[in-house]
Amino acid sequence: MLAKRIIVCLDVRDGKTTKGVRFRDNRDIGDPVQMARSYYEQGVDELVFYDITASAERRGIFLDVVERVAGVIFVPFAVGGGIARVEQMREVLLAGAEKVSVNSQAVRNPRLIAAGAEQFGSQCVVLGLDAARDPRMPCGYRVFIDGGRLATELDALAWARQAEELGAGEIVLNSIDADGGQDGYELTLTRLISESVSIPVVASGGAGHPGHLHEVFEQGKADAALVASMVHFGTYSIGQIKSHLRDRGIPVRLD
Amino acid sequence: MSAELIVVDYGAGNLRSVETALRHLEAGFSISSSPDEVAAAERLIVPGVGEARAAMERLSASGLDQAIDAFRRAGRPLLGICLGCQIIFERSDERSAHCLGFLPGTVRRFTPGPGRKVPHMGWNRVFITHPHPLFAEIADGAFFYFVHSYYPQPAEAEVVIGECEYGQRFAAAVARDNLAACQFHPEKSAQSGLRLLANFLRWKP
Repeated sequence: MLAKRIIVCLDVRDGKTTKGVRFRDNRDIGDPVQMARSYYEQGVDELVFYDITASAERRGIFLDVVERVAGVIFVPFAVGGGIARVEQMREVLLAGAEKVSVNSQAVRNPRLIAAGAEQFGSQCVVLGLDAARDPRMPCGYRVFIDGGRLATELDALAWARQAEELGAGEIVLNSIDADGGQDGYELTLTRLISESVSIPVVASGGAGHPGHLHEVFEQGKADAALVASMVHFGTYSIGQIKSHLRDRGIPVRLD
Repeated sequence: MSAELIVVDYGAGNLRSVETALRHLEAGFSISSSPDEVAAAERLIVPGVGEARAAMERLSASGLDQAIDAFRRAGRPLLGICLGCQIIFERSDERSAHCLGFLPGTVRRFTPGPGRKVPHMGWNRVFITHPHPLFAEIADGAFFYFVHSYYPQPAEAEVVIGECEYGQRFAAAVARDNLAACQFHPEKSAQSGLRLLANFLRWKP
């Protein structure tokens, strides 16, 4: 049986891991390469790195981080942040990432998903989807871009389906309402999207306790769950989270 | 150069993670797309992600299909990974591709259904059905990382050395004589995967 994946998310700014709350108030919390290695040793299933500076001149620093990470961990990892062109996708894949995550730029230019899938295969293309509750939208959730700052006219469910159609191999679904709050994932949204597409859905935003992961797997029907603060600040180890899940009947990789 | 391990580069996806894992294992190796070098290698890894038919077209256009076959006939160890595990069969349902035909069988597509998303992406257990040097010191039921929508369906059950469960049982690893192949990615499968690669490096079929 396929294990539910625990994915650690690292936001990288100027070569350092940083953590914000509700997309704001970021502070540096460590070296991404060392942190990646430590999570690997703890048994993390996968990692995702977001370049949150994404300014052209600092791109080199970030690519260097990606390359060094690839040399010390032997589990898959994805990279995202400001990816707008196929050429940038190629750069991060050649630097050693397995997957590229596209978000705002895919909303502006949905062809980016199709082009990436054609060039590198669907398994390489992850859609990052930031959504917030909005009763005016057909599914009840609206897509936001640019780090949650800009509202779009896209319905979250319609966009998820369109991205699958275009060739996305996975969706990282981030709830803006839940992000950074550590009060649990947005279960309704996660279940809605996960049951409506046939590609894996990674729940993101709101994890503060291993019980939240249990909920999002059981009730939210997520295929994987993203964690950040609850492991970055040493509150829980990956092993503790996985043991909690295993003891409650969730299949996890715990050798 | 003798005792050379070659990773075949036939334009099917990123070889970077295979390279990194081999470097971590301190294996001497080179990456080559030259049929002559491939045919003369001491040990061969055929990696690859992507689409079977496009891969076969590139292999035959470059003459690498014949070079890999010549290598195999010489009896030296060959490891296929992911797409490299699929194209060693006779054919693939992926755009009706004719493949290398080293093992009898067909590559099929998973049918999506409730509780079975396609691609099969993530960590799953591999159950050892026949002991093989590739699985030395690897626990029965160890987790490996998979990303694929197609899976090999060998015509001969005895070539299956490891099975995985994803709505159905399928062949996750196969071997015959000097040929071995795995549908999962050992280079991305943490300790179990590194162990399997190290086992391949010292395998003397």
